[in-house]
Amino acid sequence: MLYIYIYIYIYNIVRCGGSKVNLRPPIISTDSRFLLCASGDLVKVYSTRTEEWLHSLQGHTNQVTGIALNPANHLQVYSCSVDGTVKLWDFIDGILIKAAYECNCLSVIYQKINSPLVAVHLPKSAEQEVEAKEMSVVSSHISSNPSCTAFGRGVRAHSPLHIMTFEPCFFSLKATDKKGAKNAFTCIACHPTDDCIATGHEDGKIRLWRNFIHKKEYTYSTQHWHHNAVNTLCFTPEGTHLLSGGIESVLVQWQYGAGNRKEFLPRLGGSILHISVSSDGQLFCTSHSDNKITVIESSFKVCGVIQGLVKGDGVLTDLMIDPRSKALVLNGKPGHLQFYSLLRDKHLYNLDIVQQEYIYEAGLDQFEVVKAAFDIKGSWLATVEERGQKSSDLEFFLKLWAFDERTQSFVLNTTITAAHTDRIISMCFSSSKETTMLVTIAEDGQFKAWCQGADDQNFWSCDFVGSYHNLKPTNCSFSADSSLLAVSFQEVITIWSPETWEMLTTLCQPPGVIRDLCFGRLSCSKYLLGTTTRNLLCCWNLLTCALEWSSSVEVSKLQPDPLSENVAAFSYQSKHTDVFVFKPSEPRPLFTNKNVCSEKVHRAVFVPREEPLNNCDESSQWLNRSQLYFLTQNMDLLTFSTATEEDRILSSSKQLVIDDSVAVTPFYLLLGKHGQQQQKLNTQSHPAADKPQQPQGSVTIKELLHTPAHVLPAASVLCSMFVNSLLISNTGVQQDPLREEMDSEKEEEDSEEEMEACDSQQELRVQGSVDEVTLKLSKAQERELKRVRKTDFSWMAGLIDSKP
Amino acid sequence: MGEFKVHRVRFFDYMPSGIRALAFNRDTERMAVARMDGSVEIFHCSDRFFQEKIIPGREQCGIEGLSWVGERLFSAGLNGGITEYDLTNQKVKYTIDAYGGPIWTITGNQQGTHLAVGCEDGTVKLFEVNEDKIQFERNLDRQKSRIVSLSWHPSGSKIAAGMMDMIQIFNVETGHSIHRMLADRGVGTSRSKECVVWSVVYLSDGTIVSGDSVGMVKLWDDQTGTLIKSHNVTKCDVLALSVSQNEDSLVAGTSEGTVVQFQFVSMVLGKDDNEWVRTRTFKNHTHDIRAVAEITTAVVSGGMDAQLVVKPLLDKIEVRSAASALRKIHFPHRRLVFCARKSGLMLFQYPGHLELWRLGESEGKGIPGSSLFVKRNPEKLLHLKVKGEDHIRCSAVSPCGEWIVYSTASSLRLYRLHCDNNNVSITKISKLPKVLSSANQLCFSSDSSHLFSASTQSSVHIVSLSQSGCKFVGTLKPKSGSHQAIHLLAASEDGEWLASANSDHEVHIYNLQTRKAHCTVPVYSSAVTAMGIHATTNCLFMMYADQQMCEYSIEQKQYTDWSRTVQRKGLHRLWMERDTPCLNVMFNPQNPSHVILHDTYMLCIIDQSLPLPDDKTQFYNQLTLKSLTEEQRKSHSHAFKVCKTFKDILCVELISDQSLVVVERPLEDVATQLPAPIKQKKFAT
Repeated sequence: MLYIYIYIYIYNIVRCGGSKVNLRPPIISTDSRFLLCASGDLVKVYSTRTEEWLHSLQGHTNQVTGIALNPANHLQVYSCSVDGTVKLWDFIDGILIKAAYECNCLSVIYQKINSPLVAVHLPKSAEQEVEAKEMSVVSSHISSNPSCTAFGRGVRAHSPLHIMTFEPCFFSLKATDKKGAKNAFTCIACHPTDDCIATGHEDGKIRLWRNFIHKKEYTYSTQHWHHNAVNTLCFTPEGTHLLSGGIESVLVQWQYGAGNRKEFLPRLGGSILHISVSSDGQLFCTSHSDNKITVIESSFKVCGVIQGLVKGDGVLTDLMIDPRSKALVLNGKPGHLQFYSLLRDKHLYNLDIVQQEYIYEAGLDQFEVVKAAFDIKGSWLATVEERGQKSSDLEFFLKLWAFDERTQSFVLNTTITAAHTDRIISMCFSSSKETTMLVTIAEDGQFKAWCQGADDQNFWSCDFVGSYHNLKPTNCSFSADSSLLAVSFQEVITIWSPETWEMLTTLCQPPGVIRDLCFGRLSCSKYLLGTTTRNLLCCWNLLTCALEWSSSVEVSKLQPDPLSENVAAFSYQSKHTDVFVFKPSEPRPLFTNKNVCSEKVHRAVFVPREEPLNNCDESSQWLNRSQLYFLTQNMDLLTFSTATEEDRILSSSKQLVIDDSVAVTPFYLLLGKHGQQQQKLNTQSHPAADKPQQPQGSVTIKELLHTPAHVLPAASVLCSMFVNSLLISNTGVQQDPLREEMDSEKEEEDSEEEMEACDSQQELRVQGSVDEVTLKLSKAQERELKRVRKTDFSWMAGLIDSKP
Repeated sequence: MGEFKVHRVRFFDYMPSGIRALAFNRDTERMAVARMDGSVEIFHCSDRFFQEKIIPGREQCGIEGLSWVGERLFSAGLNGGITEYDLTNQKVKYTIDAYGGPIWTITGNQQGTHLAVGCEDGTVKLFEVNEDKIQFERNLDRQKSRIVSLSWHPSGSKIAAGMMDMIQIFNVETGHSIHRMLADRGVGTSRSKECVVWSVVYLSDGTIVSGDSVGMVKLWDDQTGTLIKSHNVTKCDVLALSVSQNEDSLVAGTSEGTVVQFQFVSMVLGKDDNEWVRTRTFKNHTHDIRAVAEITTAVVSGGMDAQLVVKPLLDKIEVRSAASALRKIHFPHRRLVFCARKSGLMLFQYPGHLELWRLGESEGKGIPGSSLFVKRNPEKLLHLKVKGEDHIRCSAVSPCGEWIVYSTASSLRLYRLHCDNNNVSITKISKLPKVLSSANQLCFSSDSSHLFSASTQSSVHIVSLSQSGCKFVGTLKPKSGSHQAIHLLAASEDGEWLASANSDHEVHIYNLQTRKAHCTVPVYSSAVTAMGIHATTNCLFMMYADQQMCEYSIEQKQYTDWSRTVQRKGLHRLWMERDTPCLNVMFNPQNPSHVILHDTYMLCIIDQSLPLPDDKTQFYNQLTLKSLTEEQRKSHSHAFKVCKTFKDILCVELISDQSLVVVERPLEDVATQLPAPIKQKKFAT
């Protein structure tokens, strides 16, 4: 079998996790075991039961715009992308089977953004790459939203009548549009067996149309529950129910043909964007605006949540790294801060900042987290929430959160209602380890320093209020040792001593308002960097209080690396963003990367690595200790990766493929787990334990468990077999014909390294066994062992330990 | 358009009565409407729902059901009697007692041979319809509970009866029950309340549709007596059902005021497996819908809020026009207010009494549009209760204000009014001529010397009035034509001519000097809604239900040139789209070319000297004209000057001191007097 891994590098920039999983409706495989969703340029495969990300189908070079199961083979999936290709995958193994190129617009699945609906005929051919030439435009003037297109009964029979679009109905409703009724269509769904079309409308009504091929005798019934636009509609495969969702984030299940009988599943999170149903009707999937997929059983019980990185409408806070968990922190769910593990590309948890019920309704002015900052140890978190950004009556709170060791989460310590008289622009914690101090700057022209009170009352209070000629401050920054505070007031930078609160000096380099401000780190801590609105990057030497160097470059974001001297600057010029990495001590950049992306970059963060790389390559040395992540205006989270990392991804994805080929039955989990636990115990804690060896998922047990009960021989026969299998054979290699069959090619591809590791473990165990017989496990058994070892079910440990 | 002092009258507390039953006659396209007060009205469905006939009710006569048998109309009510109506003379023909206690429902079979009534004592009684009367034939098997609703199978061999908690199917031949189907009671607290099957409809394919007090519309199979499907339509009651003629559509009226439509549509296109599917919902009522009827192109519904709503079914209409628009009929298409032009008195006709008011007086002059200070408040002079149980059919007050006359179905009473300052007294004229036993329409001559009384056979009796009493003068009879009752009379100012219009759209003109028929206006397809004879030219100006207008010169016995021009050029689209008929025609004595008209929503002055508007000109141009200069105004003005200042107008009358009396009855006031509707949860309240 052939594996194709196409990596997307544009100068080794990797679209890393956190891309949207809610762009298109997810699909559930026929056996309901897997959930596939388009996420960036990948198709991600999740397990519906464990919500784990199994693997992804990589190959598209641009946004995947649609996925659909192959109706001829339920183990295959089609995907289409903005890059103009349609690909056919085996989604269980993650293999690309076929790719069709040169399609401008793709619509067998879903149409490309802003293009008419076309049908593409995919030619049958054995080749892997085919050119699809036959294309027919079905209809134009259709909204690009996929929920605006639906296929009716009998599409496979090539009856074009049943491709229902809005056009036939739209004109008939135009008349009522005039009266101010918001009748515009928002989504459509076709009944699987009856000729009935369900349409959702902007005013929240759902209409069921019948008899629609007649010009005038069409008829419809109206159902109304949603108070805002209906976002999506979906019939269950049997056609007995209709599911609808909207901004209310309530999944509504209407009984088809029974008028108003409906069921609700409320409080699902963000507004519902898509609903999909598995082909047996047992599982529902809803995609939400907060980048979440909820898996719901047909009994209307939520059984799983796949949470992506919540990006909402915009990242109001900066990208931050929680110093404790090393998680990426930004505002996520409305009123919450989210903690997102970049390593595992997994959402960790939400911290409720606003602590008010969020009402999912358009046009309401509700509190939002707009600023957040961590102190250097991660024991304090400062947040600012705001309401009324648009109107004049601004309301905001400054909150300080202490990390509670016991509960391992942040607990609200102080709420400051009127920290400033106007909006807080920026804030930062002092970076010294001993005292923590928070400095906030606001549009009222002041900066305030906040300190924790005396021992008995550990609340925060204002320590100092500073201002400079009533100018509006623009940014603030502490030096690495917290001995200096730099606050920029329009074109002037003031340097303060936090000890005595006296202004030490002012720095000024007109023209231009100071935008970004940061101190150098480590050996370069004598330097202060600043960017101005007039495209100037300046570096001052604080010892001489003189400008060291300046460079004319439009910098949109300046991001220092906390673990090295490096500073990354993002510059936006002529519609693309360039990245420069430099040390403040020398104006020459260490690393330059032109045309990283076509949008402006406003948020970036250096994420410390768990173990530093030792790369010698000059250009990638700056990535050794930490990794640079940045967020584009399209809310794509991008990063730079190095060659070694890519190798690692490659090998891990291979592993995943193999792992997945093992049938995961409950018995397998139990036994496989047990075996592994035993193995660990033996090898690690009790190397010389006086215990008989447990057979590692031996052939007999496997046979016993995998054979259906009604074809199993009598228990007496099995018993002897079972007992036999528990004995350790000393006759050595006895190849079971059954085992031979089960050997798959994939196993051959195990990396050599792992083989060795495995062998050593075996040896250890052999030494520890009581029997002096030298054991030589058959090759088959070895493989079996390996396989078992790979699934980790740590919860079993508790079970086994608690055994008397 | 001329300046008028306007008396804006809002003290006429007219309350339309709630609608109880509807019956549609497909052959004649007439809709019979029974109201709570026992009156029956006949609307002409293809003539813009003009109210052709009104048969006033009686005290204590609640009609529960209406049924057409051929062109004969029957009603039955809680007083236990079955009534047939004489539609020609617009009165009750006879009433016979069914001897089964209060009757809840009446329905005739399609063959027109039998009537079935459902009685309180649990019997379904069959009546044979004979030439001139109906005759009791037999009872079907007596049941324990009252029969609330009945429906014949179109073949006439079976009857479905809705009762308390169940539906029974009877074989008409044997009179025995074939099936008994139990309707479920509601859940929860309503479990203890019995389920009333308010309405049943028997379809030709053997499906029985029932609407009950639990809010369900249920479909039953009459072969097996089993439930096929049930639709939960409302939380309250489903009170009425009606099926279209070809049985592909069904409407249900609920006590929430909604009409729910069900349609018999194929679930898979091209296949023949049709199913009843709930489709549209119309909400045009605020209160209970007591009756619905699906007619060819529309759904007609009526209920406690006393309005008749005609909701067109757009999928059945070929061409959308004003005739097929949503129509709400609140007020009768007859005059209920009469004015004594010369003395400033107003007569208000209520069903059971008359009220006489004197108009108020105001001071001086104001700028147009302003309200004047009322010097003297209007005062109620008289409250005249009707003798007997019958309701008033028509009434009139003489222009001088000295005579008041009213007629019920059985009697006519003439009173003489004495008015010396604050002392008002009336004397009844006792010796009336025999011919004045009852009248369909009454009218005084302009000099108050004669009373014209429209009687049977389209004849008009003339009675001269004097201080001493009244004297029968003669009878005017049309030369030929139908014998339908007259609903409009118009006497000329000079006492020379009298015009009468009857329900067959015939307009006869009589010469009062010779007391002979003078001529007949050519019969038009639409009914005359208002007419008047011009004081100086003696032209008869007629308004029709389809909003057309004609001017007929009595002396020359032909249409006038202006009328021919109007017919040739056609009227403006917006004028034709108005949905209420014109109810009065007046002439401005100061400007002979001005004709004043009104309907429920507007007051219009037609200046016959100005050019007619065509479809391109702005029809409602009063505001535009105001902003133009004198010269420009001339080129922009056209014959129709419409004033929409007043709403819900019952009557506009021109009185002798050049002021207008506008009697309004705001619908909001009517709504406040209605009983409270069923409380419904409204979103976001």
